[in-house]
Amino acid sequence: MAVKAKQLISDLKNGLWQENPIIRLVIGMCPTLAVTNTTENGLAMGLATSFVLIASEIVISLIKKLIPANVRIPSYILIIATFVTFVDYFLKAFFPGIAESLSIFVPLIVVNCLILGRQEAFASKNPTRRAIADGVGMGLGFTWVLVVLGAIREFFGMGSIFGFTLLGEWYRPMVIMVLPAGAFITLGILVGIMNYISREGK
Amino acid sequence: MEEFTQILLLFISTVLINNFILVRFLGICPFLGVSKQVETAFSMGLATTFVMTLTAAATWLINTFILEALNLPFLQYVSFIIVIASLVQFVEMFIKKTSPVLYKALGIFLPLITTNCAIMGLALLIPLNGYSFIASVVFGFGAGVGFTLAIVLMAGLREKLEFGDVPGVLKGVPVTLIIAGIMAMAFMGFSGLISM
Repeated sequence: MAVKAKQLISDLKNGLWQENPIIRLVIGMCPTLAVTNTTENGLAMGLATSFVLIASEIVISLIKKLIPANVRIPSYILIIATFVTFVDYFLKAFFPGIAESLSIFVPLIVVNCLILGRQEAFASKNPTRRAIADGVGMGLGFTWVLVVLGAIREFFGMGSIFGFTLLGEWYRPMVIMVLPAGAFITLGILVGIMNYISREGK
Repeated sequence: MEEFTQILLLFISTVLINNFILVRFLGICPFLGVSKQVETAFSMGLATTFVMTLTAAATWLINTFILEALNLPFLQYVSFIIVIASLVQFVEMFIKKTSPVLYKALGIFLPLITTNCAIMGLALLIPLNGYSFIASVVFGFGAGVGFTLAIVLMAGLREKLEFGDVPGVLKGVPVTLIIAGIMAMAFMGFSGLISM
């Protein structure tokens, strides 16, 4: 039992740093860049993606033996699309403001390579418990990078974090940070810093 | 004539002003993954343009005559992704049969297109913007041309970068992202070109 618990924890930690989907695997880039103009949007996107990831990993790891190998990719996409529709309607009903600002990037979770990639690489081969641990780890790994990226861009671009103004009137916002160009450059520098940190560790 | 001008403006604005990659952030994965060589980048762009134009037509028809007519908007995502996946499969078989040379050139890129979020994004943007059938097809084609333009430019820059002296930690993905940022700044210059 102790061995199993250890395994679950290592599955969980895997996504946070070692195989972080954005920093290490460089997948799921479209939402990463598009919705991180504010911290709130980054958090909402991270949580929405995590939910779809965890839910579809659970379902797929449960029914993996029933899916014929030839049609597995379409079946995965159908399961994912169902959960995405669920999240989309939930956001539209309870958080219309967030749904508005994320716009088409909520439905685009369907084609996020992170989700399909994890089904193919992990959920289809491992028991449900490990799939949940992997989903939570990967989801959190994705979410924290989105939140950090959103916070940096919002701080420099608008002088606030989560909508709270931190810098006073004197601050002239760097508008470039909330525009597309700022997204690319911030993420580029962030990945560079992460590379530097993990190289130091070795 | 009025309509023709509108369509032309839509095309230009889709290619340059609202470039799918650099302004809308759609299709970043192939943009980073398949932009090491100009030649392969061009093939990828060609394949994507082809599928995008067809997707625009197919999803417009399905959305208008099936989903809206029968009031089934909640099936939109599921049906779009199936249409795209089967369309890619169909295009692959068709090209294989009719033009083996083109098939060889596009070969490995075709299956990758299914999970390219630019295609799904295109399918979702069309009902959102309420385009007519012709406008949708032009929008799809323009999106493909814009995609090709960005990815080929990027590949050209990256080929030159091979000889550059990039700091170790920035090699690979980070420097590519920073270049993309500078390209996005350049594309911002187009933003005042047409007011729609």
